[in-house]
Amino acid sequence: MSEELGIGCARPTGGPVGEIVEQKEPEKEKLLKEEPTMIKVGQKAPDFTAPAYHKGKFISVKLSEYLGKWVVLCFYPGDFTFV
Amino acid sequence: MSIDSVFVHKMWDDKELSKMVTGGIPFPMLSDAGGRVGTVYGIYDSDAGVETRGKFIIDPEGIVQGYEVLTSPVGRNVSEALRQIQAFQLVRDSKGTEATPSGWQPGKPTLKPGPDLVGKVWEVWKTDMAF
Repeated sequence: MSEELGIGCARPTGGPVGEIVEQKEPEKEKLLKEEPTMIKVGQKAPDFTAPAYHKGKFISVKLSEYLGKWVVLCFYPGDFTFV
Repeated sequence: MSIDSVFVHKMWDDKELSKMVTGGIPFPMLSDAGGRVGTVYGIYDSDAGVETRGKFIIDPEGIVQGYEVLTSPVGRNVSEALRQIQAFQLVRDSKGTEATPSGWQPGKPTLKPGPDLVGKVWEVWKTDMAF
């Protein structure tokens, strides 16, 4: 029996069901989780490369290639999420 | 940028966004599978496996001048983002000698912080200018 999902603007996700399986986390991930970091205004934006779709083509974008320009970097929960 | 693949970005642009924006989305739609970039920027929700609605304004030197993060159901305001960029540009052009008070819009008076302005902002800036 599947129940219908109430679809909102958050991207629907699932997860494991039943007994919680103990997972050993790598040390590095633990450190990241203990210190949730928000970057600071007035400091350098972390550089990155990312695959992208742009006007019919698949390209690679590197943030530092936009030095000299104003950049608005937007994140969102997922394609087709309404808002 | 979202965790979707570039193929899904293409489908979204082809099937929906190009019907809202003539010619499709004019800027690159970035893919961040695994949320590695979002994690560095502090907006990746590892429980949901998605990124939140974060907007970062980055200046020509690569410095983050501002950001805003919202939960999923509320969208951002592009006019406000453009207003903020115009304000940051004005401050930058003035080499930091001018500041834009609350509610500032392009063409409206700025403040020139200095000894003469201390305690006297009330003379040049009224609360109705905040709106």
